[in-house]
Amino acid sequence: MSGMIIETAKGKWEIVCGLEIHCQIISKSKMFSGASTHYGSDANENVSFVDAGMPGMLPTLNEHCVYQAVKTGLGLNAQINKYSEFSRKNYFYADLPQGYQITQFKFPIVGEGAISIDLSDGTTKDIRIERMHIEQDAGKSIHDMAPDKSFIDLNRAGVGLMEIVTKPDFRSPEEAGAFLRKLRSIVRYLGTCDGNMDEGSMRCDVNVSVRPLGSDELRTRCEMKNVNSVKFVMQAIENEAKRHIEVYESGGTIAQETRQFDPSTGQTKVMRKKEFAHDYRYFPEPDLLPLVLDDAYIERVKKDMVELPDAKKARFVNELGLTAYDAMIICENRETADFFEKAAKGHDAKKVANWLMGDFFAMLNEKKVELKDSPVSAENLGKLVELVTSNVINGKTAKDVFAIMAETGGDPEKIVEEKGLKQVTDSGAIEAVIDEVIASSPENVAAYKAGKTALMGWFVGQVMKASKGKANPGMVNQLLKSKLG
Amino acid sequence: MSDLTKLTIAEALDGLKKKEFSAVELTQAYIKEMENKRRLNAYVLETPEIALAQARVSDEKYANGTNGALEGIPLGIKDLFCTKDIRTTACSHILDGFEPQYESTVTSKLLNAGASVLGKLNMDEFAMGGSNETSYYGPVVNPWSKDKDLVAGGSSGGSAAAVAAGMCAGATGTDTGGSIRQPSAFCGVTGIKPTYGRCSRYGIIAFASSLDQAGPIAKDVRDCALLLKTMSGYDAKDSTSAKAEVPDFEKFLGQDIKGLRIGVPAEYRPEGLNEEIAAYWDKGIEILKARGAEIVNISLPHTKYALATYYIVAPAEASSNLARYDGLRFGLRVPGEHLDNMYINSRTEGFGKEVKRRIMIGTYVLSAGYYDAYYLKAQKVRRLIRQDFLNAFEKCDVILTPTAPTAAFPIGDKSMAENPINMWLNDVFTVSVNLAGLPAMSLPIGLSKEGLPLGLQLIGKAFDEATIFKAADALEADVKFMEKK
Repeated sequence: MSGMIIETAKGKWEIVCGLEIHCQIISKSKMFSGASTHYGSDANENVSFVDAGMPGMLPTLNEHCVYQAVKTGLGLNAQINKYSEFSRKNYFYADLPQGYQITQFKFPIVGEGAISIDLSDGTTKDIRIERMHIEQDAGKSIHDMAPDKSFIDLNRAGVGLMEIVTKPDFRSPEEAGAFLRKLRSIVRYLGTCDGNMDEGSMRCDVNVSVRPLGSDELRTRCEMKNVNSVKFVMQAIENEAKRHIEVYESGGTIAQETRQFDPSTGQTKVMRKKEFAHDYRYFPEPDLLPLVLDDAYIERVKKDMVELPDAKKARFVNELGLTAYDAMIICENRETADFFEKAAKGHDAKKVANWLMGDFFAMLNEKKVELKDSPVSAENLGKLVELVTSNVINGKTAKDVFAIMAETGGDPEKIVEEKGLKQVTDSGAIEAVIDEVIASSPENVAAYKAGKTALMGWFVGQVMKASKGKANPGMVNQLLKSKLG
Repeated sequence: MSDLTKLTIAEALDGLKKKEFSAVELTQAYIKEMENKRRLNAYVLETPEIALAQARVSDEKYANGTNGALEGIPLGIKDLFCTKDIRTTACSHILDGFEPQYESTVTSKLLNAGASVLGKLNMDEFAMGGSNETSYYGPVVNPWSKDKDLVAGGSSGGSAAAVAAGMCAGATGTDTGGSIRQPSAFCGVTGIKPTYGRCSRYGIIAFASSLDQAGPIAKDVRDCALLLKTMSGYDAKDSTSAKAEVPDFEKFLGQDIKGLRIGVPAEYRPEGLNEEIAAYWDKGIEILKARGAEIVNISLPHTKYALATYYIVAPAEASSNLARYDGLRFGLRVPGEHLDNMYINSRTEGFGKEVKRRIMIGTYVLSAGYYDAYYLKAQKVRRLIRQDFLNAFEKCDVILTPTAPTAAFPIGDKSMAENPINMWLNDVFTVSVNLAGLPAMSLPIGLSKEGLPLGLQLIGKAFDEATIFKAADALEADVKFMEKK
């Protein structure tokens, strides 16, 4: 049960929340023009006559954006609509050059779907997708460069977006957070959106209402636009829900309105009341033909699909023996999962996972480097684990070897060879060391024999120390036990 | 040399090829006429230097044998076509001083074929009007005017008047509800609106995207065939342009029309139809019959809804298409304290009365709560109108009707100024064709008692302009309008 129940002196309340997520489509050129989508160019550098809304200019659909949308739709386990239509959403704003946004209204390219989210208690929940449509982005208005002027940057105007609308299936901030992370993971796996909320390539509108626990009514909701991090989305849901409850419990009513989330206070404030809501005057875009896809096209996109996080996770659990938690962490990011698979190939996958999530991630954190820049390659991590599992080195030595690898990027086999770190598995050699230790500490031997068995650890430590850490700990244990009797 | 302006394009091309005169001489003759007849107000911008420079290039091409299909032919260009570095305003104040940095597909095809540009032709503001009186630059005077100045029709009034007055060899026009055909009829010239999708709309300032189509206005049927061939063709920059093959329309001139089935729709002969126009219509029928064509009575039952449908669909699209004229990026800007004030001030001053009327109607019919009753209903009726034609074309090959219900009327006509509906009634025979996306031509049939030209309209099946040309050539040959002129 991951739903959040908000309990007050007067009763118990439940959150009802739905999300609308705008994902910028990864594509070299814009959705309806040939201008570049490059992020970080000088202002108004990537603007075609079409993007600037010049007279007589016409949009032409970028087929790659359609491909990306279909791919994403398949990733959402959703219906791909073979017939879809573009519409105009009309409103005036300085960063909307045509005076309308080309979007999809009645006939979106993607219909109903669902994705599964992973919750902290180890359970999963399906979140239903209402629809996904494609549309063009607006430009940017810059109001803080001069006191009496606004500036417009049209580089973003016309960039392709996918708008994913969920059903009101979220019952807690946690579920919404898990959904956003899962969605981001899916679009990144697919290469259809880079999912960077801080850069605005993934933006979230949050719809929140509350109802008494146990009721199935849908009360008036408020929408918070453009909340730009997972954390803020979760905060916005909780605080907005509490605001609703306070209003209801003090006998008030909630008005349908658009609100703005303020990250500095965590609170929301009114942006636009319903009576000032735009009338967007949607109508079918006459400059573009309806978008008709055939089965062969959809099949072609299906062939290009990659294994998605859930499938990968299941495979890691079932075939490689990972725990569900480890598999989930490793699969959240495609690069991590790929790195893991490469490292685990031919080796003990569970041990590789432990190394990856333990020392390896800690090392990346400490060095502040990205996975792709890791000094320790996947192959070398695998080899290191293999050295341990095949008893060439023991666990402690492995940690030392790993530290060297992190510094030099070296091959663990060579490091072990060069530094002479191979553990001693020759029972005669180990026995000799044990005999020395026993001979030099008669008091402890006596104490042990008198029942102070906890001293075993001390003996092991002495033997390991004497062997410079190279003795096989298992063998040391076994031989000590038989000698001390 | 002034009689050079009396030559048709076909005759002029012949003379140029035989070196009877040069392209520069031909161009100078038209420039002289353009200057002599400024009183007609057909041009809003004269570009004699550009035309002469192009003519000199044409003469070189004739000398070295690289002449194109329209080499050295001086044309007038309706001010709705964007012409690179040449002011283009759609005859609206709001596009003051706008010089496009791109060339429309249609004009670039004409230029590539060797035609030259004498200037930009007057028109109703944004092509909204049937008398050229809504132009910011004032009305065009019909060259056939006797004691009172008469309208040239609209919206391509400048194009029709310039061709009729020998101020250009041919002209481009556009037709959204009759804007090529009605002025052609009023000025005694020939114009064809081809099938929707035949010509690219790229670079033509949009009025109503699903209805707008470019076409030529010329001295006779052959010249229309020559011009249309060059203007037509699929363009990747206009998604609604058709991938249909463009036939050599000239090939169909002079063909036997024996057995051709001419449809005569009962609905186009309403109670109270102007007797002269009815009589000329009968005359047209007789001419075709005498040449062996078969006359078929047909019905287009939804004709009575065409005007109402048109005046919902066209303003709806226009209200959205004209949103980009906001004073921000080009044309007129009237400052205001805030963004909204700048919009209001610029658009209030920049748009004329008729344009505002249509933006208001369009905004209304698309708004929430009215969309279904107006726009959606209109789209349904539009489909029925198209179906009427499909049914009719099972029984006939081409349809013959009058072009307009009256001859040219005086400029400033009170009944029309006071009630725009009276003006809109002028479109009653032409709008159905646009709603159905079909090709139609207007050609002169004779003079009224007052000595004013009247036109007949030939409507063809989609992408069957060829049959129109065939029938039109036969009519033209027997009417001998040019000789009577």
